[in-house]
Amino acid sequence: MDGLTQSHTGRSGFPPAYLDRVGSSFTDFLAQAAPDLLPSHRPVPSVQAGDLTPHGTTIVSVTYAGGVLMGGDRRATMGNLISSRDIEKVYPADSWSVIGIAGAAGIAIEMVRLYQVELEHYEKIEGLTLSLDGKANRLAQMIRGNLGAALQGLAVVPLFAGFDLDAAEGATPGRIFSYDVTGGNYEERGYAAVGSGSLFAKNSLKKTWRSGLDAGAATRTVVEALYDAADDDSATGGPDPVRRLYPIVYRVDAEGAVRLTDAEVAEVADAIVGERAEAERRDVAETTQRGSRS
Amino acid sequence: MTMPYYASAEQVMRDRSEYARKGISRGRSVAVLTYADGVLLIAENPSSTLHKVGEIYDRIGFAAVGRYSEFESLRVAGVRLADVRGYSYNRRDVTGRVIANAYAQTLGAIFTEQMKPYEVELCVAEVGETPEQDQLYRLTFDGSVVDEPDFVVMGGQADAVTGQLRETFRPGLPLSDALMVGVRALSASSPALSGNGDRGLLPAGQLEVAVLDRRRPKRAFRRVVGAALGTLLGDRSAAEEAPEGATHAHTPSAPQPGTPAGLGDPAAPDTAGGTGGSGEGSGPQAGPADGVGGGTDGRS
Repeated sequence: MDGLTQSHTGRSGFPPAYLDRVGSSFTDFLAQAAPDLLPSHRPVPSVQAGDLTPHGTTIVSVTYAGGVLMGGDRRATMGNLISSRDIEKVYPADSWSVIGIAGAAGIAIEMVRLYQVELEHYEKIEGLTLSLDGKANRLAQMIRGNLGAALQGLAVVPLFAGFDLDAAEGATPGRIFSYDVTGGNYEERGYAAVGSGSLFAKNSLKKTWRSGLDAGAATRTVVEALYDAADDDSATGGPDPVRRLYPIVYRVDAEGAVRLTDAEVAEVADAIVGERAEAERRDVAETTQRGSRS
Repeated sequence: MTMPYYASAEQVMRDRSEYARKGISRGRSVAVLTYADGVLLIAENPSSTLHKVGEIYDRIGFAAVGRYSEFESLRVAGVRLADVRGYSYNRRDVTGRVIANAYAQTLGAIFTEQMKPYEVELCVAEVGETPEQDQLYRLTFDGSVVDEPDFVVMGGQADAVTGQLRETFRPGLPLSDALMVGVRALSASSPALSGNGDRGLLPAGQLEVAVLDRRRPKRAFRRVVGAALGTLLGDRSAAEEAPEGATHAHTPSAPQPGTPAGLGDPAAPDTAGGTGGSGEGSGPQAGPADGVGGGTDGRS
């Protein structure tokens, strides 16, 4: 009798799974109620599919005195083509954390969407926010679910950063987590980068970043690292003053996650480009002077 | 299956209705009111963790009275439905009507098919771009759904509270005035303040207050807790001295002798607001739901 009424309840109104009070995870719930919506429940492509899809590239993140910053360039590539000049690869995950993605863009954006709902869902059902470590761990599990696709060239590698509301006194509240395709989750010290230009971005940050920078100086290190990455990596886009396209930079501090306006980022980027051009001009001038003297 | 006794369908339904009504009437009341910038949800609820009002989605809130375990599982189901719909379509495709329909269907099915009906009454509130687009759906234990204008009152003293709100409520009140109107109506019939004509207002610690603020981007729901609630209640208590006499005329309950001293003290809401400030310490809880730069201030 009971089982019968249960199934009847399902036909009109909420299906039974909706009324089960188990779990506060959206992903776990989807696995029960609508598994076809989950990327990890789809068949893995049997051939290399990496060339068929746009790939996002460089993301950098740095901590500073008041929190953490994350920035990403605007380019997506498909083989030797630029498939997008204005793609957005850094997203707010919730009010206190941001996520940046490198790798197969379609899968990555779907993962970000799922992850955003996952965090909000937990918040609404439990009335509490997950701890920053809890959020980082949850993301690792989602990456792990994508391993099969990753081996067929559809890897997604995110960078996750947030403001730790439970940070110990004196510890820096901004924290960065990086991942590998198997779902390995590593907390980074100070700064991190992922994507094709990450090598150059990290080298740049190694020289420019120091602990305890203020927000303005740290923003500069982010934009400069992306500029350096774009300088050497063909898949990373530099600032584009013609189309007014600049990197996307998010700042997460005690007030929450905020996207810097294009004007703010443009100012920083233009300053960097200006200084480099000036240095180059001076360099050329000195060389010609020396040449004419000898 | 054997049926030992015959009971007419009419009789069965009547018994179930009576059972559900009794269960609901034991609880304290909840009022949901529209105000200038959205919808205000006020519950008389001494618990700060077992919520009677909650967030369903960006523009949709939930309030309930009755048996906690039952309306909590309905709230969770509503959040799940909203999130699944929003994820598979778009956030804009989640409407209060969809949620209210699902509740109506479920409650109706449970009422007709199960021995024990749910002893709950729900309100699904949706805040729109303009006050005209605000929607309040009242859902009763038998699955009937009513689209109410202005305000919804549910729970034990619903009739008395509704009676008072009919006289004091005006559409388009600012938040602090709407809160005062709501709290005063709830206080007037609250069993917790078994008072006479000189009864006070429910202190902040006895109230659970949240708003759906149409001015907030994306997630409109915000709990008003701690100092912010104290300020909203306290601000007014001093300025209220004069019109207090006028509102007494509307108080429907008969004065009772032997009111505990101090409950009518205008300072009471202040002190309660002050101690409620310690609840602000659980900031992370209030903060994130708050969104970016929202803060817990009442008027933002």
